[in-house]
Amino acid sequence: MASTDVHPASEPARWTYLDRIRTRPGPFTNPAMFSGDGVASFMEQIKILVIGAGGLGCEILKNLALSGFKDIHVIDMDTIDISNLNRQFLFRQADVGKSKAEVAARFVEKRVKGVKITPHNCKIQDYDEDFYMQFQLVVCGLDSIEARRWINATLVNMVDEEVEDSIKPLIDGGTEGFKGQARVIIPTVTSCIECQLDMHAPRAAVPLCTLASIPRQPEHCIEWAHVIAWDQEKPFPQLDKDDPEHITWLYQKALQRAQEFNISGVTYSLTQGVVKNIIPAIAATNSVIAAACCNEALKIASNCAPFLGDNENYMMYSGNDSVYTYTFRHERKDDCPVCGQLARDLAVDPAWTLRELIDSFAARPEAQLKKPSVRAEGKTLYMQSPPSLEAQTRPNLDKTLVELGLEQGQEIGVTDAAYATVVFKFKLKFK
Amino acid sequence: MTEIIMSQTPPILHGPSEKERKYDRQLRLWAASGQSALESANILLVNSGAGTVGAETLKNLVLPGIGRFAIYDETQVSEADLGVNFFLDEDCLGKSRAQSLTQLILELNPDVQGSWYPDEDVKTLSSLLRDSPLFTLIMYTHPIRPEQLAQLEAYGQQHKTPLVAIHSAGFYSYFQINLPGAFPIVDTHPDETATTDLRLLNPWPELVTFAEELTKDIDGLDDFQHGHLPYVVILLHYLEQWKAAHDGKHPASFKEKTEFRKIVQGAARTNNPEGGEENFDEAAAAVVKTVVQPSLPSGLKEVFEYKHTDPAEQRSGFWLIADAVKKFYEKYQCLPLPGKLPDMKAQSKVYIQLQNIYKAKARKDAAEILQIVQATPGGEHVDPAEVDLFCKNAAFVKLINATGGGDGGSDAQISRADRLKSAAELEFANDETAELSLSPLSLLPIYLALQATAHVDLSSEEGFTAEAILAAVAKRVPGAEKRERVVQAANEVARAAGGELHNVAALTGGMVAQEIIKIVTKQYIPADNTVVYDGIGGRVQVLRL
Repeated sequence: MASTDVHPASEPARWTYLDRIRTRPGPFTNPAMFSGDGVASFMEQIKILVIGAGGLGCEILKNLALSGFKDIHVIDMDTIDISNLNRQFLFRQADVGKSKAEVAARFVEKRVKGVKITPHNCKIQDYDEDFYMQFQLVVCGLDSIEARRWINATLVNMVDEEVEDSIKPLIDGGTEGFKGQARVIIPTVTSCIECQLDMHAPRAAVPLCTLASIPRQPEHCIEWAHVIAWDQEKPFPQLDKDDPEHITWLYQKALQRAQEFNISGVTYSLTQGVVKNIIPAIAATNSVIAAACCNEALKIASNCAPFLGDNENYMMYSGNDSVYTYTFRHERKDDCPVCGQLARDLAVDPAWTLRELIDSFAARPEAQLKKPSVRAEGKTLYMQSPPSLEAQTRPNLDKTLVELGLEQGQEIGVTDAAYATVVFKFKLKFK
Repeated sequence: MTEIIMSQTPPILHGPSEKERKYDRQLRLWAASGQSALESANILLVNSGAGTVGAETLKNLVLPGIGRFAIYDETQVSEADLGVNFFLDEDCLGKSRAQSLTQLILELNPDVQGSWYPDEDVKTLSSLLRDSPLFTLIMYTHPIRPEQLAQLEAYGQQHKTPLVAIHSAGFYSYFQINLPGAFPIVDTHPDETATTDLRLLNPWPELVTFAEELTKDIDGLDDFQHGHLPYVVILLHYLEQWKAAHDGKHPASFKEKTEFRKIVQGAARTNNPEGGEENFDEAAAAVVKTVVQPSLPSGLKEVFEYKHTDPAEQRSGFWLIADAVKKFYEKYQCLPLPGKLPDMKAQSKVYIQLQNIYKAKARKDAAEILQIVQATPGGEHVDPAEVDLFCKNAAFVKLINATGGGDGGSDAQISRADRLKSAAELEFANDETAELSLSPLSLLPIYLALQATAHVDLSSEEGFTAEAILAAVAKRVPGAEKRERVVQAANEVARAAGGELHNVAALTGGMVAQEIIKIVTKQYIPADNTVVYDGIGGRVQVLRL
């Protein structure tokens, strides 16, 4: 059968505009890094991985297919929801419930002839380093910080200084409303996602006593319904945040509580927003950020112009008040637990119990660890799992740091199952 | 009767509608009011040149549910289109680009209406403009023929229609928003943290009484009550003490405020297990930001000082309310109270009481403004909800294009040419010191180089040479063509020769769609007026040209 594949090298008419840029140097092209002749066929050989087939992912797949990439893989474990349709333009009403990765891949393959897109309907954590090693570039369009940290740690871990191909540039985008950011990470060379973690500080949690006894805001009533009332009444075996019946139950509970305290403003939409931590999202912003990411992918793959990552590596974008970008260089941190060598200083009160220390890791902008286990120089202080070890180390939780024999300047190692490969090293600084 | 009873019972519990679910993620940004504005809009895209940036912009407007659109595009789909435009495929080759784009873009959202031209009946742009229902906004992409541009500009002036020019080529792009007059926005969505206005230095009687009542025996309060005094009350109490000790004066200088903060922090009880009180921490932390005299923000000042050139404009709801707020401000030396109380440690009941005191004062101020409005000729038709919104946002009201309205005609053209020259002078002068001031270099050279090809036909070879581009730049800004960065930009534009890179078109289409959404919904703040993008450096600059 005759192949219907269209190759840029063999279909110059189709790729006229792209070839003008990627095969001819411009005034900013570095001549030492650039060869226009082989670039089209070189790009056809590149295997590129897209993580996420949501708002950014749909755009990224389209952009890469129209940037001359031919072998694209996409991972997403989600299925299509009706609330995706206002921006995830590869999906239709009839696709609701189907795999995002599969529907997106088929659509772009059909529209842009000659591109191959391989979908993976699973979690990124389901694959190991062997899988990630096959790609030359990774582009992320994720809404979870945890997934970003995982892939970042994995790619940094994969670097073997002897093997140049083991360095996989990671291009990451994120949006919220009219704002977003695009950044380029060259593992072990530039600042990594873990180095930049404090730029995405978690929202401060409302104290439990406020929820339990002195609510003032509609959000407090909703969190009360979510955290306290649900556990007490267990109306359904397990909370499913996507089940309207469950959200309705929480909404009614929150509304009752709000009326009791004369608090106004509890709505179904707010309940859903608080419980699911919904981030507003629109097509226009995804378009900006995904294209900024793919523009860097094209530059990295072709060297037709200098890319972010070398000097500047981070672009912040905001469209709330006029249009504003801030493009800068984020520096590597020597005490980054993923790509640095040094232990990070940790200010603690020696009178804290181990439980207080462990709880503090969740809120620290530079740590954000929800289920940490702690070791100190050969001693296991607390382990979240397996259950036997947890039971064995549990009594330590109520001992103070001093009682546990910890000293000023001592190094501790913290691990979390969410980032299995990383040991967060901290050096205790007593307050 | 039943109806009356219904309205008094709490709202019936019902889940969101199908439409609310589909648009949930955007309704959280612009609410039902913004959505309804979008759904009433009718947008025209005059698509010329390589044709991708216009399609990408429309995609971002059709997905959130713009009411209707029309595409005017005279070209037929070619091979080159398929390598850059996602909304065309092989079946479209040789067909009308307007028709093919319309069909594939309409697939994105069944709620949207779309039409394409030229067709059997409407053969030219001028007949489309003459025969169509009014357009809410028109966007056009470069390079465009000069006579078509002239038709669009005439239409814009006649119907007061915003025009958006877009040019994307290679790694560069810009777009320019041409609003028909001064463009005020009330619902600017300022940062949540910026909106706190507690009036601690000008409290009204109800607030004073409330605070005094809670603190008259502050030392005699039990630990629970003391630890749950709202910080607003704490600050009002210690401000009174400060005034008594300082000839009735408030802490004003930074030094005085620091001292005052120490007093507040020192008043916290520390003989408890926590070794302090969270509400006093909150109070101390709030001193610098909330112990302030009311002032007139620059955006509103511009509104107050605006000189009308169009009597019809002056009679609009916005300007009648703005006038009333100005009178209110002149009378009280402060703006109507927005009435929002931030969350703070407090007992539920006390917090709600305090919140109601702020709300009641805000309602009273808004009622006074409404009264002034209604006493003005034409004011009787103003919607009280519009007054409320203005009062809530008064400090953040913004006027865009304040100096661009009115005149028009050939005078506007002359002043625009002069404006470009003086902008160039300023930008080039800034570049001389950019290294010292650590500021990024101007992107004006990109604008100049792209603008030089604004009317060059895509098939022209000589029009896209660096020499031709620099010659055109020299005509508009003499001397600029000799500058190194302008020469570089000209060479980069010559490299693309009018062709688009998909990523740059998609990025620009995203930015333009954001701006159109802001203009149509009258929410957030649109760019004023030219946005230049550099896809090599990865950044944007806004210029007023």
